This record gives sequence, C-alpha cells and structure tokens, in this order.
Amino acid sequence: MDPVLKKKLLFISPLAVFSVMVILLFTGLGKDPTQLESQLIGKPIPEFERVTLMDTNQRVTDKDIKGPALLNVFASWCPSCYTEHPYLMQLQSQKAVTIYGLNYKDTVPKGLKFINDLGDPYDTIIFDENGRLGIELGVYGAPETFVINAENKIIYRHVGVVTDRVWQELIKPMLVDDLKGNTP
Amino acid sequence: MIPEIGNLALNFALAIALLQFILPLVGLSTNRWRLVLLAKPMATALFIFVSIAFAALAWSFYINDFTVAYVASHSNRFLPTAYRLGATWGGHEGSLLLWVFILASWTFAVAMMSRTLPAMTRARVLAVLGAVAIGFLSFILFTSNPFDRLLPIYPVDGSDLNPLLQDPGMVFHPPLLYMGYVGFSVAFAFALAALLEGRIDALWARWVRPWTLAAWMFLTMGIATGSWWAYYELGWGGWWFWDPVENASFMPWLIGTALLHSLAATEKRGVFKAWTTLLAIAAFSFSLLGTFLVRSGVLTSVHAFANDPVRGTYILVFLGIVVGASLLLFAMRASTVSVTSWFGALSREALFLWNNLILAVVTVMVLIGTLQPIIADLLELGKVSVGPPYFNMVFNILMTPLVFLVALGPVVRWREYSFSELVVKSRIAFVLALVIAAVSLLGASGKTGSEMAQVYLGIFLASWVTIMTFKEWWSQANRKSGFKWRKVNTSYYGMMFAHLGLVIVVVGVVLSSHLSVEKVIRMGPAQKQEVNGFVFEFVGITQRKASNFDALRGEFKVYKNDKLLATLNPEKRQYHASGQWMTEAGIDSSLFRDLYVAMGEQLPDSTDWAVRVYIKSFVMWLWLGGLMMAFGALISILDKRYRSRESK
Repeated sequence: MDPVLKKKLLFISPLAVFSVMVILLFTGLGKDPTQLESQLIGKPIPEFERVTLMDTNQRVTDKDIKGPALLNVFASWCPSCYTEHPYLMQLQSQKAVTIYGLNYKDTVPKGLKFINDLGDPYDTIIFDENGRLGIELGVYGAPETFVINAENKIIYRHVGVVTDRVWQELIKPMLVDDLKGNTP
Repeated sequence: MIPEIGNLALNFALAIALLQFILPLVGLSTNRWRLVLLAKPMATALFIFVSIAFAALAWSFYINDFTVAYVASHSNRFLPTAYRLGATWGGHEGSLLLWVFILASWTFAVAMMSRTLPAMTRARVLAVLGAVAIGFLSFILFTSNPFDRLLPIYPVDGSDLNPLLQDPGMVFHPPLLYMGYVGFSVAFAFALAALLEGRIDALWARWVRPWTLAAWMFLTMGIATGSWWAYYELGWGGWWFWDPVENASFMPWLIGTALLHSLAATEKRGVFKAWTTLLAIAAFSFSLLGTFLVRSGVLTSVHAFANDPVRGTYILVFLGIVVGASLLLFAMRASTVSVTSWFGALSREALFLWNNLILAVVTVMVLIGTLQPIIADLLELGKVSVGPPYFNMVFNILMTPLVFLVALGPVVRWREYSFSELVVKSRIAFVLALVIAAVSLLGASGKTGSEMAQVYLGIFLASWVTIMTFKEWWSQANRKSGFKWRKVNTSYYGMMFAHLGLVIVVVGVVLSSHLSVEKVIRMGPAQKQEVNGFVFEFVGITQRKASNFDALRGEFKVYKNDKLLATLNPEKRQYHASGQWMTEAGIDSSLFRDLYVAMGEQLPDSTDWAVRVYIKSFVMWLWLGGLMMAFGALISILDKRYRSRESK
C-alpha cells in the first residue's frame, strides 16, 4: 500500500474506533441495565411452593399471589435494599399497591432482623433460602421488582431500587394501562 | 438569596465560557489581536463566577438550607460540618459543580502560569478549555441544577448524606480524583492547539509535561485514597473491585502514564509526536467516558449516582462532539506533526514504545471488560459480567512484562544500545533478584503451588526493578569523577520515586493477595480465638451515641505471644435519618500487617456475634506505594527546567 495513504488510514482509525464505541454506548443507553428483559414477561408466575419468612411452618404457593401487585426481591445482604425499603413502606401506607416480598438467598434471623428494623410493607414474604425460585424467575440480583397484573401475569421486571420516579413514571402507568386494556 | 446568587453566577459563567471559546478563535482567524488577548481575562472571570457558584452551594450546606432540593436530599442538620462540606459533592449535581469548579481552576492556572507561552497558543489552549466548560456548565444548568428550590413546601430536615459517604474519605477522595480527571483537560487543550498550529517541538512537550505530571499526581492520589477508603469502610477487607467506576478512573491513569513516557520521548528526541497528541486526547476522553459511565446508568455500579437516560444522552452527545471533533482534527492534521525518525530495536525510544503499547493494550482490555455487559447484550448473549477473574488474568499477564521493563528504561540509552552491554549491566541484578525471591518464599510456606509461583514472580520483579533503579542511579551520580547526588537532575529523582513506588505497590498487591488470612468466626463476649498466631479476645460491646447515629461498639484485644498488640473497636452504626445500618471495621495498621475486625450480625438467641477477622499482609504498601508514585510526580514538576522558562 502507498505509505502516505497508509499513514492517512492510520490517523483516521482512532476516529473510526471511537465512532463504533459511541454507537455501542448509545444502544446501551436505550437498554438500561435496570430494564433487563425477563424470559417470563407476559407469562404467569412460575409454580412454586415455599415457606414464609415470618413463620417457616406456613406454606405459600403461586396461587396465593393475587395481582395486580409487585413482587419485590430483597435480602439483608443487599445495601440498596436498605435504601429502597422506606419507599416501599410509603407505598404500603398509601395502600398504593399490594407488595409481596421474596427474601432472596437470606437466612431467617437476618431476614427477620431486616423486617423488624425497617418495617414490613409486604402482604406475604416468600422465603427463598437457596435462591431456587429466584433462578426460575431469572433474578439478577437484589433489589429487583416484578410487576404482576390482574391476571397474575408478569408484565414488567425492574432491576434496582424502586424510587418515587420509577413508581410514578413507570410502574403505576403500566398497571393503570393494563387495567384499562382488560376492561372492554 | 444565596442559592439565587449561585444560580446567577453559573449563568454568567456559561456566557463567559462561550466568549472564552469563540472570541479568541475569531480573533485568530481575522487577525484581531484584541480578541485574542481576551482569552486570559475571560479565564479569570470564569474562575471567579464558578467559584461564587461553588461557594454558594457549600454555604447552603453549611447553613442547612433545606429549601434547596439538592441540600435537602444530601444533608441533615445533625450531619457534622466536615461532612456537610463533603456533601456538597455527595450527589450528582454537586459533583458536577465540583467538576466545573476544578476545570475553571485549572483554566485559571494555565492562564496565570503561561506568560512565556506564545499568545496564539495560549489563546487556543484557553479556547479549548472554554469549550469543555460550555459543555459542563450547560449540562448543569439544563439537566442538573443544584440550586433548584423546594418552595413553598420544604422539609424541616434533610434526608441525610448516604452513610457510606460520611467519612473523611468523602472530603478528600472526590476532589483529588477530579483534579486528576479534569487536569488532563490541559494536556488535551495543548494537544488540540498543537494540531491546529501544525507544530510540535521540544518546547511544546516541556510546556505540557508539568501539567500532565500534576494531573497524573492528583489522579494517582485520588485512586489511592479511594482504594484505601473502600478497604476500611466497606468492611470486606478488599481494596479493588474492578467496578465500572473504578475502571473509569483507572483507564485515564493508564493512558496518562503512557502519555508521561511518550511526552518524555517527544521532548528529548522529537519522536512519537502524533502518538503523543493522540494519547493526550485519549487521556481526557477516558475522563469524559468515566463521567458518562457514572451518570448514564448504562452500567450498574456501586458508584452510579443517577440512572437517568436524559443525562446519559446529554453526556454521550457531548462526549461524541468533543472526542469526535478532536479525533477528526487528529485525522486531518496529524500528518503535519508526524515525523519519521530512526531508533534501534534496543533503545529507550523502543522501550517507551513497548511501555505505551502495553499500557494501551491494558486500557483497551479494561475498556472491553467494562463495556462487556453492553456488548454481550448487543450480541444477545444475555447480561453477563466478566468480573474480577478476567481483569486479574489480563492484568497479571500484561503488567508482568511492563514491570520487568521498568528496570531497563533508565539504563538503555536513546537511539541505540548494545545488547551485550545491557547483559553485562544487568546480569548480577537479575541473579540477585532470583535469589531474593527464592529466600522470600520461606515466608510463604504452606501456600499452594500457584500462589507460591505468583509470590516468587512478584518478589523477583520488585527486587529486579529496585536493584536496577539504584544501580543506575549510583552510576549516574558517579559519572566522570566521584559521587555527587546533584549530578542527577530533579526529574530523575522524580522518576526514581515513581518507579520505586510502583515496586512497593507490586509487593503490596502480591503479598496481600496471597499471604492474607481471612476468617469468619462466632464469638461471644470474653471469648478468645486464635487466628494465625494472633489471639483475638472479644472483650464486649458498649453503646455510643453520636450526633447523627447510635453505635454498638465492640472491643477486641489482639495478643501475640501473650503480648497485647492492639485494641480494635469495630462498630455497627445505625444512622438516625435513614435508619441504615453501617459497619465500621476496627483496624490496626502497621508496615507488615493489618489486623482487621468487622462485626457481622448478632446471632439469634445468644450474645454471640459473627465476626470477620482478617490478617492482611503488607496491605499498607499499596497506598504507601501509590503516595510515593504521586510524590515522584511532584518532584519531577519541581525540576528547574520547567521553571526556567517562566523567568525567561
């Protein structure tokens, strides 16, 4: 190749590489990591049978979950859960939505301590000690929240903290739209 | 009133930044000198207005003005004053203001300390810095204004600074890091000015070097303090997590290190000119990329502030314009500064080339690892993260030859050097280093084969570089006749400190990774446990109240051979405002080992606690080495050849 041309190409290459990277980052922007796809979107909650955190003699199954509701994955080892929890308490006190808890890969004493320290916004807390149910749901980490519609189907999955903004702008409209869609 | 003044000052600052960008460039193209000379007063005005804005925000924190939304969400009336200052940059909006404040300070410093710079070059440099300021000021004003008010209904008390950030580290770490990040904007501006002028010479390199050294020094300190903070605050005993944001600060550091070396070659031998400008552009681009990664929410990270796609889009567009335009300029103009010069396969130029190549490859590998979740998602491989094993492997493989070459850099001469002479000069050191490493293995007995191998390699590299560094210094100080330490110039001492600092970091990394002991044990009051020859006694728990938290304070006494070594006080703190529980580790640091105790949970129905005990070998060396590297940069900056041009 002509050496001059070769040099030209060499000097252009950083720009080319950078352009590819910007495109990559731009697609990354659209696909926020807090909006991971779930295999289960549009499908009913997988069948399960577990015990509750509050009473490990009491059984809880998928039939006990009644949408519209949120299924919130939390754990005492998860720092962001401590941040998220006061907002869940607030949602509960406003009776905004039913919230089910999934205590993920935790132990009973730690899970109970978490609830005793911070309050209990949950209707029922499913205790998922080994994280099996988490695997079936495709849980990525905690906190994570599944939005369940009136037909008990998962319609959305939110990875990360549920904040006022997430609730007002994302989840609430979704539940409202879903209800409208169901009424002819 | 004060917040409105701050807001007004920011608006003025944006207007000034626009003028600082446009007027000098217009002046240069139309030959109107008066406009060109405006660059300097504009830089001064920018600094003044941004300082006013910054002071206004800090003041709002100081007086607990909870009508300001940003203050209300990041402070609390019981937060100690020092942390209220730290809270100024404890969130997205304020940290951006700190960014701009530091940019304005660097700009002002360049304007003040560039009397010997040709007025045209200075005008171009300041114009580029003005352009960067425009981007960040409009980002603040349009998407993240820290002065937004919560009126008429405002909270009586703030919701508190995240307890993780309530630490002296918060007061030092972000400003140091930003001084480094933003400091690379100066080298960047000089590179663009040089490309515009189509001229790079030794004088240019001599102007850029102290600025680059200063930025690198701050970044080194920023990274070191951040790592130290994570170590004592997070309670895991870890000091580096390959978190996207850590990587974001590490990439400019790697490129900055490459830039320091290539600048030296450009100054002394007039080589790598185009490459040097590219590195200067890259170092700052990586700083901007870091800013983007922290704020856009494309990657999840413990550091991520605000997962806001609007802000992410803005920064990406800004990044695209700044870096895209610079690289376009580079593509068009690099041939004007590019030179072809000859140097031997064994020469200092060649070694610097290897240094740059390895550092660039490490940076790219870190970049790939960091962006990998996005790439994998795009290729529909699912959201998977490569994690520390990938980074550690890549890093070990690539850094080993780099550290090995550090020993040779100062020995090998410019242009050409004979291989046989190098062998003669280095063979004793090589053998000696092999022996020292073998002896050191005695201290690592009982470890697995691969751990032994890594300790051996680490100690060998460290001894090899140390011996060669001192040997070459000795022969330099003895050249011609007799020893005289001033025969070696100041920047040579700076280089020595930096290289030896690196050696210390290497020893710290290798030994703390492989010799440390970690145990989770169940302990009740008055119980004793032995860990690796140290006896830990759990004396008991007391309660302590501070202005903004209540704490359970554990007392642990550590003995070795029945001699009391240390009393450690780990704490579990509950912060009033947020109700969050935090763990404070109890640490006794010394040169060769840290004793580290963190309390886990109290076990149900008993007075026992789950206690994490670490004996961290040589862990202080990491940060001491980092400080020493930064100190080396400081000494280099003081070299009189950078100052003599000032008095000319």
